[in-house]
Amino acid sequence: MTYAIQAEGLVKRFGETEALAGVDLEVRQGTVLGLLGPNGAGKTTVVRILATLLRPDAGTASVAGHDVVRDAHRVRQLIGLTGQYASVDEMLTGTENLVMIGRLLGRSRREARQRAAELLERFELWDARDRAAKTYSGGMRRRLDLAASLAGDPHVLYLDEPTTGLDPRSRGGLWDIVRDLTDDGVTVLLTTQYLEEADQLADDIVVIDHGKVIAQGTPDGLKTQVGGSVLEVRPVTAADNVTVARVVGELVGSPPQVEEGLVSAAVKDPAVLPAIVRRLDDAGVIVGELSLRKSSLDEVFLSLTGHRAEEQDGDQDELVAEGSVA
Amino acid sequence: MTAVAATVPAPALPRRVSPIEGLRHTLTLTWRVLVQIKHNPMELMDFSVQPIMFVLLFTYVFGGQMAGSPSAYVHYMLAGIMVQNALFATLNTGMGLNLDITKGVFDRLRSLPIAQAAPLASRILSDSVKQAWSIVLILGIGMLIGFRPDSGLGVVEAFALVLVFTLAFAWVAVLIGLVVSEPEKVMIFGFTTVFPLSFTSTAFVRLETLPGWLQAWAKVNPVSNLADATRGMLVGGPIASPALKSLLWAAAIIAVAAPLAVRTLRRRV
Repeated sequence: MTYAIQAEGLVKRFGETEALAGVDLEVRQGTVLGLLGPNGAGKTTVVRILATLLRPDAGTASVAGHDVVRDAHRVRQLIGLTGQYASVDEMLTGTENLVMIGRLLGRSRREARQRAAELLERFELWDARDRAAKTYSGGMRRRLDLAASLAGDPHVLYLDEPTTGLDPRSRGGLWDIVRDLTDDGVTVLLTTQYLEEADQLADDIVVIDHGKVIAQGTPDGLKTQVGGSVLEVRPVTAADNVTVARVVGELVGSPPQVEEGLVSAAVKDPAVLPAIVRRLDDAGVIVGELSLRKSSLDEVFLSLTGHRAEEQDGDQDELVAEGSVA
Repeated sequence: MTAVAATVPAPALPRRVSPIEGLRHTLTLTWRVLVQIKHNPMELMDFSVQPIMFVLLFTYVFGGQMAGSPSAYVHYMLAGIMVQNALFATLNTGMGLNLDITKGVFDRLRSLPIAQAAPLASRILSDSVKQAWSIVLILGIGMLIGFRPDSGLGVVEAFALVLVFTLAFAWVAVLIGLVVSEPEKVMIFGFTTVFPLSFTSTAFVRLETLPGWLQAWAKVNPVSNLADATRGMLVGGPIASPALKSLLWAAAIIAVAAPLAVRTLRRRV
């Protein structure tokens, strides 16, 4: 198996903060790796090291076999970077931004213009091509960012939280673009806080927290690994909550969560379902909603890290953000 | 899927950037900074209004009091305004750099296969172009209101000296731009450092009019040397000694600020 990206034992400290405490990663050629983790987990630091922007304090990483530190210039010829921090020049128009990058990549003025036009068409920015990027909407700017990172036809693309702050429609549009790219054989490293995004796009997932890999596998594998299914019961009468919780608790063997009229519990053995239905029926509880589903990545994440993915981990985030500019 | 993986190209990628390519990258990025002016003409105003205003205000408001007549004073202080304005304008290099870093443009550029010095070098180069513009403007306005340089050659010399000094001082601005957290703070540095530095020199007043303790400072203040040398070139007076001292100062500033800036840059990004 050929790996487009390989990293081993990456360590990075910013002053007192250890942003990465030994991260290993492997991304197969032509696949999408979802790098998941809460704010401040070290996702951006990993991307910056792999994009040659930051030197690791220990460990090695390579892109298509080229070391990101010793052979940085070669790596830069293979990668594209779109992220929270890598951005276009807001004062320039869409066309100017892309032409500039084309020129930097060694294209003639004509070639650079032509390629810029292609990208603007492809990313539905043609009508806005002569407007300064600062007048673009959030979604347009991300698309221009992405177009800029694709100007050099990269083999490996880093997408650092590409849809943070986007509305659902723009997000869906960006997903489609990423799928097209992987169809063309581009390898993608995607960091995200949105588990749905990883579920949609990633072939493999690596979960990091506090600078360490805490789980990895395919999205389905992770869901199975962390266990079972989730049972959710919502009685028609909210006052029946207590009864439902008691019945579910008895049969599942652990106290369920009760939240806004919904009783939910992790279930190892799906066979309990009929029993629960029978017992609730006996107790005269009318059930409005009942479901047994595979646990979502969200729950996987919760059980792995002890907190939800989108929960803001303010202090930590600030520390690392400061660290990266200090 | 494996078919794709099996045909991994092993392209013969160049290992480094050649100096000529590096220069081309720098020029492309210089174009980028200058084309911003096209979209934000206000930026050009920044570079134009202040010099014009200072020349006019200093000449007509202070002229009579300072030198007996506006015409006499403009011949003394035009060199001073050139120097002060040029030092201030270097701060734009720091602001622009800070903006590039905080906005993420710098990361994007550094992830491209280009000379790693190009983003910084282009900032300095493009600001030299802006510098040249405001020096021409100051001289132009000055001449419009009666300033007469001794010789064309002197003007060229003065122009060159100020430009060389600002190229050195730009490294201080770069350092500030790298240290502060947001672009506005570069300006605060300007007002608390460059402003007093240029006023406690011989840029606008004669040395002997200052109190003794301030004379002592003004004598060693590099702005005095630069203003004296520039004045000498424009309207006559000693040139060799202040010009040499200015160049030595420029060299010293580069020797200290440039390595510090590069080190800070490596650390920060």
